[in-house]
Amino acid sequence: MPDPYFFLVIFGAVAFVFPVMPLALAWLWRRFFQPPKPGAGKNATYECGVESLGEAQIQFHSHYYLYAIIFLIFDVEAIFLVPFAVAFTGLPFGAFIAILVFLLLLLEGLVWAWGKGCLSWVK
Amino acid sequence: MASAPPIDEGLRSELQKQGIWVTSMQELYNWGRRNSIWPLQFGLACCAIEMIATAASRYDLARFGGEVFRPSPRQADLMIVAGTVTKKMAPQIVRLYNQMPDPKYVISMGACAISGGPFKQGYNVLKGIDRYIPVDVYIPGCPPRPEALLHAFMELQRKIDGQKLTGTGKAAFLDKTVPSEFPVPAFGAHDLEPPANADVFHPPKIERH
Repeated sequence: MPDPYFFLVIFGAVAFVFPVMPLALAWLWRRFFQPPKPGAGKNATYECGVESLGEAQIQFHSHYYLYAIIFLIFDVEAIFLVPFAVAFTGLPFGAFIAILVFLLLLLEGLVWAWGKGCLSWVK
Repeated sequence: MASAPPIDEGLRSELQKQGIWVTSMQELYNWGRRNSIWPLQFGLACCAIEMIATAASRYDLARFGGEVFRPSPRQADLMIVAGTVTKKMAPQIVRLYNQMPDPKYVISMGACAISGGPFKQGYNVLKGIDRYIPVDVYIPGCPPRPEALLHAFMELQRKIDGQKLTGTGKAAFLDKTVPSEFPVPAFGAHDLEPPANADVFHPPKIERH
């Protein structure tokens, strides 16, 4: 009766050989049959066939969070506007005023953001 | 392996009847290659629609092992030039071809990819992709039906099957001196520069009497 942990050793060996063997075979195949043909174009960065421009590591300015917030607010506004538009003809006057206040508040926010220069492009 | 004498066909079939399968490295290698051709996922015009139909369930390119359309040239064996190649697009196609690893094959699908097709007189259309990259199989048609693409695929498989690993007539991709990249044409003042790669493009000579 072998040591019960012996099976783990077998398992480990198989788990090692199984992925390494095809890699080794591929390497041997390349070594004996297929000459490597590297080149400037072949090794170039793949960018859908277009020559790559500039650096890969670009950073986005943290100021963009304001864009994100403004976008989110107006996105939500659009969702509120759809039922408002559908029910527009049947609305009582009070509801109309309510939605108008809501719109004006958002509009004021936009004017504030605009005035603060949040919408200008940050370099 | 290189100097092993080819086995007699009669002996081979005799052995096969006894349940012994004799093969060679070359056959095994080519068998594996021809049944796992991965095309580049790359459509240019209406021919691409036929290419999509070929890959979909009705025509099922998977029966030939070619269903794995790769979105990167690094993983592709076959470029199906499916559609009109404009002069704006030609440098990109050559660059994509250059970035594919060897062995690589090209199917020129449809009249446009072969010669410019109905747009041959157009100022902006390349008169055949074989001006810049070597083409293995041409399919006529406008656009060719999926069956035609399947036929081209089978022709390519036949070609791969016949490629030799060693000896004098060995496949070009195994030859160190044969280039695997071709110069990318640039936009000139009036046309692509150069208008054709003389090493690749060998148009038939027209003899006039």
